[in-house]
Amino acid sequence: MSPSGAEFIRQVKAQVAEIDPSAVHELVGNGVAIVDVRETEEFATGHLPGARHLPRGYLESRIEGVVPDRDQRVILYCASGTRSALAAHTLTHDLGYQRVESMTGGITLWKDRGYLVDVPQTLSAEQRERYSRHILIPEIGESGQRKLLEARVLLLGAGGLGSPTALYLAAAGVGTLGIVDNDVVDLSNLQRQVIHSTDRIGMPKVDSAEQSIKALNPDVEVVKYQTRLDASNIMEIIAGWDIIVDGVDNFPTRYLLNDASVRLQIPVVSASILGFDGQLSIFKPYDGPCYRCLFPVPPPAELAPSCGANGVLGVLPGTMGLLQATEVVKLIVGAGEPAIGRLLLYDALAATLTEVKVRRDPECAVCSRPPDSIRDEEMGVFPDYEAFCAAAG
Amino acid sequence: MATIKIPPVLRASVGGEREVSAAGDSVGEVLRSLVEDHPATATQLFGDDGELNRYVNVYLNDEDVRVLDGLATTVGEGDVLVILPAMAGGR
Repeated sequence: MSPSGAEFIRQVKAQVAEIDPSAVHELVGNGVAIVDVRETEEFATGHLPGARHLPRGYLESRIEGVVPDRDQRVILYCASGTRSALAAHTLTHDLGYQRVESMTGGITLWKDRGYLVDVPQTLSAEQRERYSRHILIPEIGESGQRKLLEARVLLLGAGGLGSPTALYLAAAGVGTLGIVDNDVVDLSNLQRQVIHSTDRIGMPKVDSAEQSIKALNPDVEVVKYQTRLDASNIMEIIAGWDIIVDGVDNFPTRYLLNDASVRLQIPVVSASILGFDGQLSIFKPYDGPCYRCLFPVPPPAELAPSCGANGVLGVLPGTMGLLQATEVVKLIVGAGEPAIGRLLLYDALAATLTEVKVRRDPECAVCSRPPDSIRDEEMGVFPDYEAFCAAAG
Repeated sequence: MATIKIPPVLRASVGGEREVSAAGDSVGEVLRSLVEDHPATATQLFGDDGELNRYVNVYLNDEDVRVLDGLATTVGEGDVLVILPAMAGGR
């Protein structure tokens, strides 16, 4: 006679290894694969920190995508410990996984013990309205908007390029914006730096930018670095950001930024402007070329009009900064063809956009090597900045 | 004749033009004909060894001539050369 369902479950539990939530709590973050076998809507209400999700119905067909190594230690859990025991039985006895355990009592007992659960961010009613025009676009939608809200983007400079980029990324709901800028607002900035205003002349640009961002979208957290980026602080400042938006105005910092971002493998959305001309490209380490692949050596000082004040059409940093913001949003939501390996040249007077290919240099001094082989003393190797600009006269 | 797009930092050397035409069957010939017409561009484009300066990129249509045949790359009628030195303004 066949056993009852309850009897069958008892038999299965006797044949699998079980583990108490207190023991699992000790293992979180230690490289053990913790797999939630509940349904998608259950997972969405909260799960163990770092848990991977594989509904039991897809267990056999998808486990290799979640845990490819059959010798890896795997802990399964569900709501109360029954479905995970059945799944553990399958992995152990049918699929040859060697070290599978089922968590007793499931996430219910885990919570009763007072352990934390991760609750995936969901949109509030107000956010649904604020971002409704994004949610309507299939390429973004609700999941893309959540990615934007979870994204961390660092802006180098709250000047010509940084102003429009910061405003539009804030409006788009990029959750955390970092701003590095050591300047204060000057009257001559206001012809183009639209994040600042006349009544804020003399105020640090990071504070002025924060005010405008918060006024536009209080969802956005602003992290301010009122400093000049240099070799002593760059690794500390840029580590942990998802994307860097480069609007720096000088070659030494561009090379330094390139080397540090390759080392930390952070994509840089880069633009530069002069007069009526703009350039834009994305340098995504190891997926595409880096800045040193494009320009292995800087130009001599007399050909590098980046040291003193240069004229620029006030609208142009708006155009180029918004092309940068567009590329940032595309990278975050994973839509379209990012400008990786391509340099876009915008000529505002001619109203033309020219594109040239940028290839990875197999002999690049920086990105032809593994990231951890790039040493501190090699980063940003470049003539001394003051000397460089003094030579430019 | 090929068309050469002149970057901002070189425009003063070509009388303010944004584009100039120059004759030649190879990238090297076209650039040397540019230098003949506008001698001030010589030191900005070429080093003492007669090679392109490493800080100047030249593209034939959209391809870097260094991945083609360099200065020997054949240039056809109506081709566009883009001269591209690095630019760093951001303010």
